Amino acid sequence: MIILFTVTCLFALGLVFSVILYFVAQKFKVEEDPRIEQVEKLLPGANCGGCGNAGCRAFAERIVSAESMEGLFCPVGGNEVMNQIAEALGRTAVEGDAKVAVVRCSGSPDCRKRTSVYDGYASCKVMASLYKGDTDCSYGCLGLGDCASACEFGGVTMDPVRRLPIINTDICVGCGGCAEACPKGVIELRSRGLKERRVYVSCVNRDKGAVTRKACTVGCIGCGKCAKVCPFEAIKVEGNVAYIDFTKCRLCRKCVDECPTHAIAAVNFPPRPVPEKPVEQPKEEEQ
Amino acid sequence: MKSSTFPIGGIHPHEWKFAAESPIEDFPLPEEAAVSMAQHLGAPAEPVVAKGDKVLVGQVIGRATSFVSAPVHSPFSGTVKAVEPRADIAGNMVMHVVITVEGDEWLPEIDRTPDVPMEVRFSAEEIIAKIKDAGIVGLGGAAFPTHIKLSPQKKAECLIINGTECEPCLSSDDRIMREYPRQIIMGARLMMRALGTDTCYIGIEENKPEAIRALGDAAAYWPGLQVVVLRKKYPQGGEKQLIDAIIHRRVPSLGLPIDTGAVVQNVGTALAVYEAVQKNKPLIDNVFTLTGPTLEVHRNFRVRVGTPYSKILAFAGNLPDGPCKLISGGPLMGKAIANIEATTLKASSSLLIITGDMVPRNQEMTCIRCGKCVEACPMGLEPYLLNRLCRAGGRQDELEKERIYDCIECGCCQFTCPSYIPLLDMIRTGTAEVMKIMRSRPKK
Repeated sequence: MIILFTVTCLFALGLVFSVILYFVAQKFKVEEDPRIEQVEKLLPGANCGGCGNAGCRAFAERIVSAESMEGLFCPVGGNEVMNQIAEALGRTAVEGDAKVAVVRCSGSPDCRKRTSVYDGYASCKVMASLYKGDTDCSYGCLGLGDCASACEFGGVTMDPVRRLPIINTDICVGCGGCAEACPKGVIELRSRGLKERRVYVSCVNRDKGAVTRKACTVGCIGCGKCAKVCPFEAIKVEGNVAYIDFTKCRLCRKCVDECPTHAIAAVNFPPRPVPEKPVEQPKEEEQ
Repeated sequence: MKSSTFPIGGIHPHEWKFAAESPIEDFPLPEEAAVSMAQHLGAPAEPVVAKGDKVLVGQVIGRATSFVSAPVHSPFSGTVKAVEPRADIAGNMVMHVVITVEGDEWLPEIDRTPDVPMEVRFSAEEIIAKIKDAGIVGLGGAAFPTHIKLSPQKKAECLIINGTECEPCLSSDDRIMREYPRQIIMGARLMMRALGTDTCYIGIEENKPEAIRALGDAAAYWPGLQVVVLRKKYPQGGEKQLIDAIIHRRVPSLGLPIDTGAVVQNVGTALAVYEAVQKNKPLIDNVFTLTGPTLEVHRNFRVRVGTPYSKILAFAGNLPDGPCKLISGGPLMGKAIANIEATTLKASSSLLIITGDMVPRNQEMTCIRCGKCVEACPMGLEPYLLNRLCRAGGRQDELEKERIYDCIECGCCQFTCPSYIPLLDMIRTGTAEVMKIMRSRPKK
C-alpha cells in the first residue's frame, strides 16, 4: 500500500513539475538558428582556437551570422570541411591556405654552444623570465619544450640530441598553439606550400652579424645576399634577420645556395642530383 | 627601544653575515669599464658621449630621457672606447658606454675632502633638483629613481630609512652604517627637508648592534630622528613590511607606500643623497660585498659603477672545482649572473659565490599541502594555489582574484617549501600575464 502511495505521489509530482517546466520553457524559449547546430556538427570539435574563436561552437555561430565565408577557415578541418559547411549553408567556400608550424631555429648544441647551465624549473616560460637562455643567442629556441606540452594534438616532440622541437607535419593542423606558447616567438605558422615544399629562414636572431656568428654557426647574420639573389623580391632583411614572404616565394631555392651560414631551410624537396663527374655535367645540361 | 616586526609571514634563514667585520676598502680601478645606460627602473638613459671623447669622473655620460629615468655619470676618467650594446648579467643586450680608464681625474666641483658638513643649506626644491642631477636611484635593489619618490602626490608624514639588510650574506649596509653614521643621518635630514616632514625612523634589525649604536649616537643630536630596533625576520627590508613593522600601517593592495604617509629610503640611498647634496658627488660608486658561505675571503669594497664582475671574482681566491653559482644581490632575491663579463650597476650590492653541494636545486616533489608557504607569505597570499593555477594555464581571472599582483617576489614560499617546488618561478610567470591583462584594461 505504502509503495503504491509513494509511486503515485512521485508520479503526480513529476507530472505537475513537467507541466510547469513545459510552460516555463515555452515562455523563456531562446530562438536559435538551427544551422548553428548543423555547422557545429560538421566542425572537427577540437576546440583548439586555431580559427581565432573560443572553440568550435563560437566559430559555428560566427559562420552562420557572417555574410560570406571570407576570412573564415578551420585549420583543423581544412578546405574539405569548409566546403561541406558552405554547401550546407548554400554559400561558396573561400579557398583557405592550410598552415603548418615551422621552427625558425636550427641552433642545436653542436652549432650553438651552451655557455651556462640552467638549473631552474624546466619550462621555457620560466627560463625566459629569468634570463636570455643558456646559450649566447638571446633569440633562439630554449629547448625546454613548452611547445610540445602546448600542442593538443601531440604533433610536437622534443629532439633530445638537437634540443629543438620536431613538428610532425602530418599531425600539425596549424592552430598556432605552439607558436603562442613559445616565449621567444621562434615558431611561425607558414603556408604548407606546393607539394608540402617550404623554404624559410631558420633563424630569428636580430643581433648584428658578428654577435650572431659568435653565438651560433647557423644563425642569420643579416648579410642580405639572399635578398639580392631572390628573383621574386620575396626576401626582406629587417633588423639583421632575413624573412621570406611565403606568399611571394616561388620555391626556386636560389637563396638556399647563396646563404653563407646555411640558415635558410628548404624542406621536402627531392634530393638534388649530385654530379659524379663535374666536368661532364655542363655538356648534359646543354643538350 | 622595543623591538617590533611585521605581523604576517616571514622566515628565518641563516644570517651568514661573514663580511660584517671586514672594513670597506677601495676597489682597484679596472683597465676597461662598461657603464650601462639602463641602471634604473624606467626609461634607459641616452648616451651623450661618443667614441674618442675624454671623460672625467663625475661627468654626465647619459641623460635622463623621460620622467621615470635618471642620468648616468662617468665613474672613471679616460677615453670613451665605444658606445655599443653589450650583454648585462642576464645576457640581454643593453646600451653601454665603454671607457678605457686612464688615471683618476675628478671633476673639480666634487668635494673630496673628508670633512662632513652638517648644516642644511638648501631648500626642498634645490635638494630634489640636486638628487635628480646626481642620478640617484634606490640602492635597496629596485633602483627606482629617488627624486620621484621624494616628490610624492600626497603629503608625507614620515621618512623611514631602511637599514634592515634582512637578506643573508649581505653586509654592505651594515658596514656603511658603522663607518658613515653621520653622513647617513645628514642624508636622512636632507630627505626630511625635501619631503617637508620632521619625523624620521631608522629601522635596523637587532643582529647589527654596532650599527644601531653608531646611528643611535649620531641621531641623538637631531630632533625627529629615531632609531627603531627590529626583530630579525626576512623580508623585513621589503618596503611594505618595513612600514608595517615601524608605523603599523598596511599599504593597501595595488597602492603605494605613500598611501600610509611613509616614504622609505635605503641607508645606501641616504649616503648617496648626502654625497650628492653636500659634496656635489654624483652616484658613481657603491659599497659591495664579496662573500659566499663556503668562501674563505669575505670583503667589502667601494666599487665604481661599471666594474666587470670578473674583476671582483678575481679577489675571491681559489674556487673549488665543479660548478659555481654567482649571484648579484642576496641569496633570496638576487639574480644569477649568466655573463661574468657584465658590469656592476648603481644598485648592485654584492657578488655572492655559492659552491659545492649548495649549487644544484633539489629535486621537486609533489605538494603535500602542509601550508608552510601560506604561513610564510608576508603578503598573505596562498602560494601553493597560485602555483597550481599558473601551471594550469589560462586561469588568469582566478589568479587576479587571488591577488597574485600583490606578490613581492621575496621567495619565502620557495625557501620554506619542504617539497622544493619552484613556487616563485611559477608565480612570477603568472604575475607577468596578469599584469599584462590588467594594464591593457581601460582606466576608470
